[in-house]
Amino acid sequence: MEKIVTRHFGQPNSHRLENYLKDNGYEAARKALTQMTPAAVIDEVKKSNLRGLGGAGFPTGTKWSFIPQANPKPKYLVINGDEGEPGTFKDKYILEQDPHALLEGIIITCYAIGSHKAYVYIRGEYLKSLQILQAAVDEAYKANYLGRGIMGTGFDIDVVVHPGAGAYICGEETALLESLEGKKGFPRLKPPFPAVVGLFGCPTVINNVETISCIAPIINKGADWYAKLGCEKNGGNRLFCISGHVVKPGIYELPNGITLREIIYDHAGGIPNGRKLKAVIPGGISAPILTPDQIDVKMDFDSLKAIGSMAGSGGIIVMDDTTDMVWAAMVAARFFAHESCGQCSPCREGSGWVYRNVKRIYQGQAKPHDLNNLPGIVNNIGGNTICAFGDAVSMSVGSYVTKFRSEFEAKIKGEYAESKH
Amino acid sequence: MPNLSIDGKQIEVPAGTTIIQAADKLGISIPRYCYHPALPVSGNCRICMVEVEKQPKLQIACYTPVADGMVVKTNSPKVLEVRKTVLEFLLVNHPVDCPVCDQAGECKLQDYYMEHGQYDSRLSDVKVKKEKKAFSIGPTVMLDQERCILCTRCVRFADNITKTSEFGVFSRGDHSQLDIYPGKQLDNAYSGNVVDICPVGALTDKDFRFKCRVWYLSQTKSVCPGCSMGCNITVEWDKMRPHVHKNARVMRLKPRLNQDVNQYWICDKGRYNYRFIDENRIQHPQFKDNLITWDEAVGVIARAIKPLQDSNQTNRIGVIASAQLTNEDLFAVRKFFKETLKGAQVDFRMPENPGDSDNFLIKADKNPNTAGALNILQADAQVEQIVQKAVKGEIDVLYVFGHDLVKIFSKETVAQIAKKVKLFVYQGSNINETCGYAHLNLPSSVYAEKEGTFTNCQQKVQRIWPAFLPLAEAKSDWQIISLLSAELGAPLAYHHAQEIFKDIAANLAPFSEMTYEKIADKGMVLKA
Repeated sequence: MEKIVTRHFGQPNSHRLENYLKDNGYEAARKALTQMTPAAVIDEVKKSNLRGLGGAGFPTGTKWSFIPQANPKPKYLVINGDEGEPGTFKDKYILEQDPHALLEGIIITCYAIGSHKAYVYIRGEYLKSLQILQAAVDEAYKANYLGRGIMGTGFDIDVVVHPGAGAYICGEETALLESLEGKKGFPRLKPPFPAVVGLFGCPTVINNVETISCIAPIINKGADWYAKLGCEKNGGNRLFCISGHVVKPGIYELPNGITLREIIYDHAGGIPNGRKLKAVIPGGISAPILTPDQIDVKMDFDSLKAIGSMAGSGGIIVMDDTTDMVWAAMVAARFFAHESCGQCSPCREGSGWVYRNVKRIYQGQAKPHDLNNLPGIVNNIGGNTICAFGDAVSMSVGSYVTKFRSEFEAKIKGEYAESKH
Repeated sequence: MPNLSIDGKQIEVPAGTTIIQAADKLGISIPRYCYHPALPVSGNCRICMVEVEKQPKLQIACYTPVADGMVVKTNSPKVLEVRKTVLEFLLVNHPVDCPVCDQAGECKLQDYYMEHGQYDSRLSDVKVKKEKKAFSIGPTVMLDQERCILCTRCVRFADNITKTSEFGVFSRGDHSQLDIYPGKQLDNAYSGNVVDICPVGALTDKDFRFKCRVWYLSQTKSVCPGCSMGCNITVEWDKMRPHVHKNARVMRLKPRLNQDVNQYWICDKGRYNYRFIDENRIQHPQFKDNLITWDEAVGVIARAIKPLQDSNQTNRIGVIASAQLTNEDLFAVRKFFKETLKGAQVDFRMPENPGDSDNFLIKADKNPNTAGALNILQADAQVEQIVQKAVKGEIDVLYVFGHDLVKIFSKETVAQIAKKVKLFVYQGSNINETCGYAHLNLPSSVYAEKEGTFTNCQQKVQRIWPAFLPLAEAKSDWQIISLLSAELGAPLAYHHAQEIFKDIAANLAPFSEMTYEKIADKGMVLKA
């Protein structure tokens, strides 16, 4: 199977410009800048069916086409590298193994949207990734792949690498913009969307690290090639991050359209020690949990949505039959309570309330009404907040209660001994 | 212009209007915490969510612009349900300490909960402890972090209105706390307004807290007499509980909305300038050391004036009127001293140093009615000249309205005046040093005790209303002048301030066509 984003992973000095140039590096950028119009680049990306791999799955080319070119303000490209979704660790590897693939994607994207400045916002904890990317940016400036009149084309582009300060919510694109502007990371009210009013009030495209790393190969090999790798409306491969109870956890680049069963059993080696699968989170902790009878689902955005979950960030967390699902729900709830930004009331107050409620159930200190109330409380958060974080609390924690209710009931009846966790 | 329907009522509003603004126009009140019409929209409280036809999710009314053909429901079961849930969330970590909270009675958490509450509490966890309770954040305001619902109105007020940015929300999630920035104090000229806009008991007014439960308060519309801006205010008073606060009637002043004058705000100087209404008042007419009746008092004055009138020496009468007086009072001064007693020396323009000012509401001219006085009372002399004449003994009767001459001139000058003039009358509401030198002190009522109008620096004529009767024997300045003119055989035919205003409108072109009804509570601008 053809690798795209991970094609250089594991090569010696894969992060160095020298290595990147061996494999036609920066030729896609040269091709775009010298042989294509910006509109043609956007068209090509549209045709490739590339969708936003940060988690929302929005068609990338379409997003770019929303930039109002008549607007006299500068346009910005912002790369979202604030990878904070539990179970997700793909962007980290891209930044460390192949930063020039991202930079080449940035050049092409900036050209397509008429931007001359890109910011890469990197999760604060990713210090090593940040250092490697900064070194790559320095190399690229030196070799005139970035800076004034790059590659003799007359096109100017600056790339700024910016570390976040450790808030999950800053991965939400408008909170990221606020943070980048030096403010507290609070998501903005929408509309207006960033394409119209984004960074510093200017038209802005925000894309994930993985998404932009796919751009150069698409320009090099063509949209049709890329689209065919995936499934309908969801072109190409994607990086799946598998963790939890599997024999071979790690990152796997696999085509969209592969099933969850194939990923777990054929690629990740199945469940260790002959134990059975109990539950699996298919796309980061925000995605509703799935039961073993659901794992024949295809892992593209639309198929997962159809069964009430989501492809999200591609973070697959596998849980075997030793897992206490109330504990798992509590861990998820604790994460949300810890990371709620606190801006709007349902999420601010609700996420903590949900956590304390689940914790009480887990600790055997709950009464039946605590469990009866839980789905309602969770539902009251979702759909009523400024950003999608509230929906995530609602869908994620709600799914444990719906699918594993008997375990919650057992805690209340005291049938479970104090859990080992 | 988009035409939409809210709860079945049609309304046409300009494009860009939000649903909550359109609903307000229709008189449909959508609950709100973070929304304030004078502040940028924040959209964080989520209580204003309404149902918009063809939209799958409820929308926040404060942020969603109207569209043509939009159908909005503000009281559908879905909307009522979400209000309950938002209130429930807001109370998760709220202490519900209403019995000891000064906001009780004017708290939007209480008000909305009465209407939309869950009643059977589902909350059984220990609440998140917040750091600051009854914590002083500046000279005027106390902060209670656990009562705060983090609507950020105060933050946006300080960021956008005063541009002093004292407030911030610190920490994250349900540990978020409203606070002022480290090392800062909430100490700006408009700080008290954050108490008004705080919908709950998080920010309370040091001056007012624990003084009086708000349900004992009556409200009277008025205008701040503190400077020439004429900010619209409400006098809030309590006469039912005289045992509280030494018989004081006024408990606090609040700003009253007037988009053309002060919008929603008043300055702190104006807000806390009310104690003079109940304290340090002249209560009875007093001649030298003796308390006397009004009849006796006007008799004293009449006996001093009559010979001057009879001998055509009215120029030996000096009158120092005041721009603190209402238009009605000033018109009575004009009628009596300038028309009946032709020749009296009248002025009101005190040689005062200009006070502090800014480019918002605080004006250097600390008189509420300079514009009115200039139109009503053409001066015959200057105050300095009148005082000089009095010192030299060229004036027999000096009649001073409210001014503390000692402060502006000097003790020596005023003592000299008291020696030289035959009758030195001080007519005012409060005791000052000049009273000690005056031969006759007459108690006049304060602005909160009388009906009338002030003309502010925008040439806007604005009404004040009496909140309560004058203290003790005090009377409106025009009433005192009426008594005096009756005593001298030329009675002014006024029984009510409104009759004087009718006369003003009939005689003075800038006021023509004005009536109390037309001025109402928003004011009318003088004709050029």
